Amino acid sequence: MNETEVTDKVDTLMDIKKVTLRFGGVKALSDVSFNIKESEIRAIIGPNGAGKSSMLNVINGFYTPQEGEIWFQGKRRPKLKPHQIAYQRIARTFQNIALFEGMTVLDNMMTGRMIYMKSGLLPQLLWWGKAEREETENRMIVERIIDFLEIQHIRKTPVGMLPYGLQKRVELGRALAAEPKLLLLDEPMAGMNNEEKEDMCRFILDVNEELGTSIALIEHDMGVVMDLADRVVVIDHGEKIADGLPDQVRNDQNVIDAYLGVAH
Amino acid sequence: MFYREVGEFKTSYPQDSESFAIGLDKYGYYFILIIAFGIIPFLVNDYWANAVFVPFLVWAVASLGLNILTGHCGQISLGTGGFMAVGAYSCYKLMTSFPDLNIIFCIIISGVITAAVGILFGIPSLRIKGFYLAVATLASQFFLVWLFNRVPWFYNYSASGQISTPERSVFGVLVTGPNVQPWAQYLICLLFAFGLAWGARNLTRGSLGRSWMATRDMDIAAEIIGVNLLKAKLSAFAISSFYIGIAGALFFSVYLGAVEATEAFGINQSFLVLFMIIIGGLGSILGSFIGAAFMVLFPVLLKNILVGWWQWDAAIATHLEFISVGILIIVFLIFEPHGLAQLWRLLKQKLRLWPYPH
Repeated sequence: MNETEVTDKVDTLMDIKKVTLRFGGVKALSDVSFNIKESEIRAIIGPNGAGKSSMLNVINGFYTPQEGEIWFQGKRRPKLKPHQIAYQRIARTFQNIALFEGMTVLDNMMTGRMIYMKSGLLPQLLWWGKAEREETENRMIVERIIDFLEIQHIRKTPVGMLPYGLQKRVELGRALAAEPKLLLLDEPMAGMNNEEKEDMCRFILDVNEELGTSIALIEHDMGVVMDLADRVVVIDHGEKIADGLPDQVRNDQNVIDAYLGVAH
Repeated sequence: MFYREVGEFKTSYPQDSESFAIGLDKYGYYFILIIAFGIIPFLVNDYWANAVFVPFLVWAVASLGLNILTGHCGQISLGTGGFMAVGAYSCYKLMTSFPDLNIIFCIIISGVITAAVGILFGIPSLRIKGFYLAVATLASQFFLVWLFNRVPWFYNYSASGQISTPERSVFGVLVTGPNVQPWAQYLICLLFAFGLAWGARNLTRGSLGRSWMATRDMDIAAEIIGVNLLKAKLSAFAISSFYIGIAGALFFSVYLGAVEATEAFGINQSFLVLFMIIIGGLGSILGSFIGAAFMVLFPVLLKNILVGWWQWDAAIATHLEFISVGILIIVFLIFEPHGLAQLWRLLKQKLRLWPYPH
């Protein structure tokens, strides 16, 4: 239970300290603290409406918490806009797929490289010099991710025409294209069949092992969570009720009560 | 059978991202360019230039502009007429204030001025979307036309309130004024239309274009990926207005020669350009041209057939034109929201496999 306090400060990627988020009178998060270490898979679980997605929205800057601090890579993060946070290499996927439907898979993933695109208006207008070079360099990185996710065959298909499972995969690809230090996955396996889930688990583990990317994921499938996660934090009614290794959390009385209900 | 990818070997990423991927596309494109630059200028007469080619090219430039804003960036604008007026009046003021400045530069600077005005009127787009934005741009339409009518400085205090173009030439060839040759009018419009279309294609396939399309499709996801929505929207307004300003400058100086703001740049023109991109194809360069061609040629064709051949009353022909354009817009919105350009794309898709079913 006291994981957070014994953590070595050096390899902590993100430290969330006493975050409180209110919408008017409603407290979405109250006094939540936990950390994410370098190269770990951190699961955030909890019943519906517990505040898990709000937590991710705080991390990538959609919501600004009224109280609390977020430390990233040893520095306290000032109030930033979501597009500025993208430049710190924090990428995410959404619970309901948020792809750019009118664009092809390739274009979606190239858009994921937005933070690396630096050529000015004139080279882009003339398709000359830096603009063209940049396009090719970034295309090579995107193609590696396409290979990794095994979606070569749908490269030039508009994403609106793809089935759900593939769309989820493309969305992961778009997040990976940013070469994130911290990857936030909001229910990456929702609505998938077992085979698709297995594929997705494999991709998540590979990303984590090969690239050393830290991953924070929200997931409802407990089997998946227990298998994938290094550590689990449990949120209920906006409060942290447990934090620790999967086995510890699984046997925690508070967690069992939150999921199954308590007799009063 | 003859339109296919077989035998096209792409060995590098730049090759793979070429605009015309299939051989026949590329040859068709060169073929059209050769005809447009090499043959039409020698054949064009006054009627064809003034009724067909010049208006087509001018409206195509305006459509390209609006398509960048509405088709690619997803921001609806009903201020096209007003922005064209900014281009026209800037061009007039530049031509009369700096008689030695080359007309080409006058037109380009008019575009830059319109871009600045576009940014100003694009600021509301940061807060409001959809219909509300359309109404805000509608305000710019009425304000700008009002401004050019009410402030005599803009029309150099002329008694009629009209502006009329002085004679200007490029490389010794007259391109504006009453004595201009039709081929010169045509060629200068073609040069602008070609250059701007090429630029639009480059912009929309690069990172700026992707930031626009991302804003259009899912602005929340665009933001977390690192798209600065403020920059994306305002740059779309700026570049779109640049195109529309150039279209306005050409419309006034090369095409009509003399205009009056209310008549030439009213709300009807804003709708006309919007119809062009809806019928032609939202978010498509080709669509801008097809839409402009359709909206320019269709009335000419209808008039020639109904009035010229069948001897109908001209008034009935005009009404019939309104009715059929209205019906067509409804049909396109329901059955093919991506316009004629999408039909063309589907046809090519079919042709790739033809005559085999798979």
